[in-house]
Amino acid sequence: MEVLLGITGKDFTLIAASKAAMRGATILKVSDDKTRQLNKHTLMAFSGEAGDTVQFAEYIQANAQLYSMRNETDLSPSALANFVRGELASSLRSRKPYNVNLLLGGVDPITHKPSLYWLDYLASLAPVPYAAHGYAQYYCLSLLDKHHQPDISLERGMELLRLCADELKRRLPIDFKGLIVKVVTKDGIEVKPFDEDAVVRGT
Amino acid sequence: MASGYDRALSVFSPDGHVFQVEYAGEAVKRGTCAVGVKGTDVVVLGCEKRSAMKLQDTRITPSKIGLLDTHVCLAFAGLNADARILVDKARLEAQSHRLNLEDPVTIEYITKYVAGVQQRYTQSGGVRPFGISTLVVGFDKGSEQPRLYQTEPSGIYSAWKANAIGRSSKTVREFLERNYKEDMDREATVRLAIKSLLEVVQTGAKNIEIAIMAPGKSVEMLPVEDIESYVKNIEQEKQEEAAKKKTGRTPGTGAAAILTRGTQGESSEQ
Repeated sequence: MEVLLGITGKDFTLIAASKAAMRGATILKVSDDKTRQLNKHTLMAFSGEAGDTVQFAEYIQANAQLYSMRNETDLSPSALANFVRGELASSLRSRKPYNVNLLLGGVDPITHKPSLYWLDYLASLAPVPYAAHGYAQYYCLSLLDKHHQPDISLERGMELLRLCADELKRRLPIDFKGLIVKVVTKDGIEVKPFDEDAVVRGT
Repeated sequence: MASGYDRALSVFSPDGHVFQVEYAGEAVKRGTCAVGVKGTDVVVLGCEKRSAMKLQDTRITPSKIGLLDTHVCLAFAGLNADARILVDKARLEAQSHRLNLEDPVTIEYITKYVAGVQQRYTQSGGVRPFGISTLVVGFDKGSEQPRLYQTEPSGIYSAWKANAIGRSSKTVREFLERNYKEDMDREATVRLAIKSLLEVVQTGAKNIEIAIMAPGKSVEMLPVEDIESYVKNIEQEKQEEAAKKKTGRTPGTGAAAILTRGTQGESSEQ
């Protein structure tokens, strides 16, 4: 019941992740952050088997930062996405593969083009304009199919996200404790305030 | 002098020297000069930069000052190629430390690591020591205390208030000993670093590199124009002082007075 959402727009990439940390049917924490910053303008959100997720994400994070230190330049989001895919592919063929699904979003440091990559534990990689993982796919992709436009503004992007959150709250059987929302622009990554107590509109 | 005891690295000479390590020290002395100076809330690294040849692309030629992590800076004197290997190992350790301990390295830790690697290369077969000394500076996480360490080819490391390594490092160190003051602000610290380098760098601002570190911030490389204005300022001051010396030969001022006192002391001992 973990939710990961990603939306690209004109000059930004939005990434949202549910704040509930769950074990079975129990919620352990309501302020979990399922994202890691890889470099100044690349952010990765992850879901999957507890333990695997953070271990894998922090391994990727360390490697991304090591690259930045060694070469005095950051890897682009596309380069990072392909690196992550490679790591997942070799993990998949190991004795104990990582069970991690990811969204990787960012803004190219040179061209300032926003991008979003959808990756799963089978090491498939797809560049997409908007994306969701888990049950959120069933409820949100249709909404985004209808409303998303490639050149939307950040305000419109947040509106779409609220639309998705609204739908999820209504349809998901377990409370996912709201979303943590981060936006990547050419100036870096920041947390966006996201209204958790918004009234779910009537069915 | 060298009579077989400098062939295999890990072999002592009968009088207890490991020649290869001492030769590595010579390589350091041939390297360009680097200084480090601590202020109250900053720490400054200064480097003598080789003048580039006419067709060299200076924008992408590597610098002698490098970042090990966002909060640690390293300058070296000696063999450039050796330094690259050592810096790379240190960067890997810094990120590995972050991954395993969820904390950035302390300056002492990474210095100890660098010195540890250097030591290892003095005691294993089939390798030669690193021909470099390094100055490691920075601020520990959440600390306002500037740090400055030095490492040597033998693996020795030590903490300093201000120090110099490389060519004519003795001259520069003595200059720093004479001119170092406690409680220097950013301006004074940068000035002292540049002034000490000018003792051995004749060509002025275009052959000096300055890096400044402050707590919680990334490294700042001082632009050439800023270094130039410091140099101009320092040179002007020197000229004024020289002019003063020429005109007013009042007793008790200038180097002459100190010299006389020194000779008096010596004569009294005799």
